[in-house]
Amino acid sequence: MKISYTLNGQKVTDEVNPAQPLTEYLRSRGCYSVKRGCETANCGLCTVLVDGRPVLSCSTLTARIDGKVVETMEGLQSEAAEIGTYLADEGAEQCGFCSPGLIMNIIGMTRELKNPTEDDIRNYLAGNLCRCTGYVSQLRAIRKYLAEKEEA
Amino acid sequence: MFTTQNYVVASSLDEAYELNQKPKSTVLGGCGWLKMGRRMMSTAIDLSKLGLDQITEQDEYFALGAMVTLRQIETHPGLAAYFGDCIAECVRHIVGVQFRNCATIGGSIWGRFGFSDPLTLFLSLGAEVVLHKAGVVALADFVNMPYDRDILVEVRLPKRGQKAAYVTHRASATDFPVLAVAVCRTADQTVCAVGARPQRAALVVREDGEAVQAFADRCADTLTFSSNLRGSAEYRAHLCRVLVRRAALAIEED
Repeated sequence: MKISYTLNGQKVTDEVNPAQPLTEYLRSRGCYSVKRGCETANCGLCTVLVDGRPVLSCSTLTARIDGKVVETMEGLQSEAAEIGTYLADEGAEQCGFCSPGLIMNIIGMTRELKNPTEDDIRNYLAGNLCRCTGYVSQLRAIRKYLAEKEEA
Repeated sequence: MFTTQNYVVASSLDEAYELNQKPKSTVLGGCGWLKMGRRMMSTAIDLSKLGLDQITEQDEYFALGAMVTLRQIETHPGLAAYFGDCIAECVRHIVGVQFRNCATIGGSIWGRFGFSDPLTLFLSLGAEVVLHKAGVVALADFVNMPYDRDILVEVRLPKRGQKAAYVTHRASATDFPVLAVAVCRTADQTVCAVGARPQRAALVVREDGEAVQAFADRCADTLTFSSNLRGSAEYRAHLCRVLVRRAALAIEED
């Protein structure tokens, strides 16, 4: 099946396996920031943005991105690096395996919510599991990132 | 993950319906549940290009296209203005925002899953479904219909001045509910839908003048409950008594 879409700002036309999970397809195109995690739609590790909204690429069929705008961390490197710095400064990543999905969802959240409260942040990021940090340091880093973003 | 010999992005509902008459064809929703199995399909039917991803407000009801995502329902200002917090409450515990941006209301309602949060709330709100061939069917009837080869096109939430509360108990955040309860009051009656028993949601009508605790007790005593890894039948019956009372009081206080 032939699809056309935009990947990280570049228009792409490709012959694809329509029922292939988007995780696998994007990795085949070199987007290795998109990680395989639980592959049961629970952990948030495979998060990418489709038309600006965060989705689980493990649960999105490749056919469904036809005509859409897809963003992965490869296309959002400066924003991702900035958030990553806040996470590192607060000790909010240990093994770091969940960070790509978390950062993509934080970017999705900042696009959708203005001045989110602590509860808003917790609710929005509830689908990103981390087995190292216990989330407290992550929330601290996100609050600092959002506060300094607001000041700027 | 499922496998399919053919993948067809339907260009009309008639085409989708015809394709779906073959026994090994399957209509795709958000695929969050479907991907967990290993079903072998002859044809996967994709409805995503049929404009079924819109929520529209009519005089008598809200129309939710089958491909509307749970996140659209959660954040729709018109639904929140009319029904209050119960709409967002019934979906906000489902995995995470990313999952709710994928999962569709059509998939959730068509599946008639026992664990379905929207099925439980929508049943209490008096929802209807629009099927391509069978037409408009009350959700209260649809919930117990056998699976057939029709296609769910739309879910309608009637505007009857409903006041509803939705409460669940979950063993852990973002998990399926151990028990789900929706209590809804209209000018005519108050009803309670209890889901995740873990069977499909079922309705109980409150009798005239029935006290809240008596209503909650009757729900717990007359509905059937079963055991699974999330809880025993006895635990669910106990939760039912508590959650029905809690939800009924919440709408009385308002």
